[in-house]
Amino acid sequence: MASPAAYTYLDHAATTPMRPQAVAAMLPFLSERFANPSGSHRFAREARRAIDEARDVVAGIIGCRPGEVVFTGSGTEADNTAVLGSVARRGGVAVCSATEHHAVLECVHQLGGHVVATTSTGAVDLDALAATLDMLSDVTVVSVMAVNNEVGTINDLAAVRAVVRRHAPKALLHTDAVQAACWLDLRSITPHVDFLSLSAHKFGGPKGVGLLVARDGAKFAPTLIGGGQEGERRSGTHNVGGIVAMVEALRLTDENRESDVARIGPLRDRFIDGLVASLPGVHETVARDRKVAGSAHVCIEGIENEALLFMLDEACVCASAAAACAAGAMEPSHVLAAMGVPREVALGAVRFSLGITTTQADVDRGVEVVAQAVQRLRRVKVTS
Amino acid sequence: MKVLVALSGGVDSSVAAAELLRDGHEVVGITMRLWGGESDTGCCSIADVDDARRVAQQLDIDHLVFNFTDDFNTHVVDPYVQAHQDGLTPNPCIECNRHLKFDRLSERADLLGFDAVATGHHAQVVQRNGAWFVARGEDPAKDQSYVVHMLPQRELARTIFPIGHMTKAQVREKATALGLRTAAKPDSQDVCFITDGGGRVAFLGSRIPFRRAQVIDAVDGTELGEVDSLEMVTHGQRRGIGLVGGGPKRYVVDIDHDTATVKVGDETMLQRESLAVRNVVWAHEPVSGQVAVQCSAHGVAVQGSLTHNANEASITWNSPQRRVAPGQSVVFYDVSNTYVLGGGIAV
Repeated sequence: MASPAAYTYLDHAATTPMRPQAVAAMLPFLSERFANPSGSHRFAREARRAIDEARDVVAGIIGCRPGEVVFTGSGTEADNTAVLGSVARRGGVAVCSATEHHAVLECVHQLGGHVVATTSTGAVDLDALAATLDMLSDVTVVSVMAVNNEVGTINDLAAVRAVVRRHAPKALLHTDAVQAACWLDLRSITPHVDFLSLSAHKFGGPKGVGLLVARDGAKFAPTLIGGGQEGERRSGTHNVGGIVAMVEALRLTDENRESDVARIGPLRDRFIDGLVASLPGVHETVARDRKVAGSAHVCIEGIENEALLFMLDEACVCASAAAACAAGAMEPSHVLAAMGVPREVALGAVRFSLGITTTQADVDRGVEVVAQAVQRLRRVKVTS
Repeated sequence: MKVLVALSGGVDSSVAAAELLRDGHEVVGITMRLWGGESDTGCCSIADVDDARRVAQQLDIDHLVFNFTDDFNTHVVDPYVQAHQDGLTPNPCIECNRHLKFDRLSERADLLGFDAVATGHHAQVVQRNGAWFVARGEDPAKDQSYVVHMLPQRELARTIFPIGHMTKAQVREKATALGLRTAAKPDSQDVCFITDGGGRVAFLGSRIPFRRAQVIDAVDGTELGEVDSLEMVTHGQRRGIGLVGGGPKRYVVDIDHDTATVKVGDETMLQRESLAVRNVVWAHEPVSGQVAVQCSAHGVAVQGSLTHNANEASITWNSPQRRVAPGQSVVFYDVSNTYVLGGGIAV
């Protein structure tokens, strides 16, 4: 097995290491505190109490009421529930932006909904959104992500809310905030939306747990039905340890966010500046003032990302490109296509992403390894 | 050596990887994602990629998936469709080998610092008088030298067929002995982008307009019937051309695409003294004289005399042979029928 210590990990947007405190918070629920929280005996009540307390904590961090938090099995489930569940409950049409995560985009496609163009930064085009909403009379839900998972672009959700309120007053607004939690104060997003999705493993929690905030009045049909857990909004036995660990991770993320952003932003700048200085033909995909601090997406001329990622992997540098298909192959990025990035430029797209464990040594080694790999790929290509 | 092995998820490439490891090579497994559309199993279905990955895990080698769907469409699928529209009978698997496995993949292998590319084909690479040639695989029933006949010297020099010296039974025994999950997996049979359900008709029908064609007697021009899709008719075909049963066997002996006419006649009308071949590529140097010639993936090689001019060639058969459908690959072997000299496309 590969030893994590030997790796330069620049793929935090894919997943970020669990915070040790979150692991510690989780462990008792995998051993002695194993009870099913839906039971009636004292052990069950104890597990239930852990969930209730976690819900209170998380509501405070997100800026909503505890009753508005629905624990789910993933960010994807939260996205699916918001989009599919809204339309299942109220009928009508779903609308989303073209750079949404597939967890939203595929729902909108399945529902025969409308996809709205984005600007060249990947943020939703507000004029196009207004025009789409004007064209449709029965929009039920509009989904616009808080932060893009590939290129890191931040959407102005206050502005999106204003457009939705004016052009489709009855529509609910959902935001996939999965990539926002590490970088943006969620309290600044929540007031603008009806639904908000989070995924624990993006901010130091475990995989297989997430949550959906459904503000009062944001009614939806549940995706999972059965035992009626989560106020009959999400059936299935609670992942108690996962929920407790997620909330502990989010609490620490929230507590340290300001200082983490202040440290990681300059590291990200150092990384991209280093790449640009050591290699010609490196383009930062989105301007720094439009994206989150951990995002370092670049397009590199004269290489194919599949080949570069292979060489980086051999040199123990972890990064990624766009989403992978079910077979594990890189798919052409729908995000870059929506931004109008030409396909030949998108072939050289690589997503580097930083997180709380990233150090200056990681960044400097990353620059060195990427520069060497790109130079080699370009050299071999020219000679062959 | 550092060897990139193409893992399809089948038993042959699984054992090929194992053989490379046994020989002490540094091995990385690659599965190519080729076809992005609907598929039964084929080269690139998810279940096959899973098998490839699991075999790599069992062998403890790295495994990656490369997405070559664009190149596959450009070099294999689009020409396959165009060939049918032009009345030809193409070999898409050969074009895939030519453009994907031994061009795109070996180019990528070069780029990534590999010394050689290996596949699980039943074929061998041999050296004669300082040049490289593809030779037939050990198992005559499984020999695939025909589908890799187009490899030029620079590719042959860095290509390894690790199971070419084994019979299929030995490959399966080896896989079983190693406990590989693909040991008993059935061989893939068909074109990977054509589904069993829809077949060629559904695939081509959604991409090109089919033309109705008249079926006439090749001798006297009598109208015998009609077929729905001229593009689906192949030379030598006997069934599915709208003829009533009984009487002597009748075959498609000619197809006139300009007038959308299919001519049928008895078997003797399919016999030819010679065969013209275009787009000829040579393994090493152009060759003339007596050769053995194979005209389909599982066909029997027959003897003929070869002449050539630039990249065109002509075979004069030692005894008349059934007409080869235009578009089929024609592969020349040495007169003892053991190694490939070159090949091209039947005119």
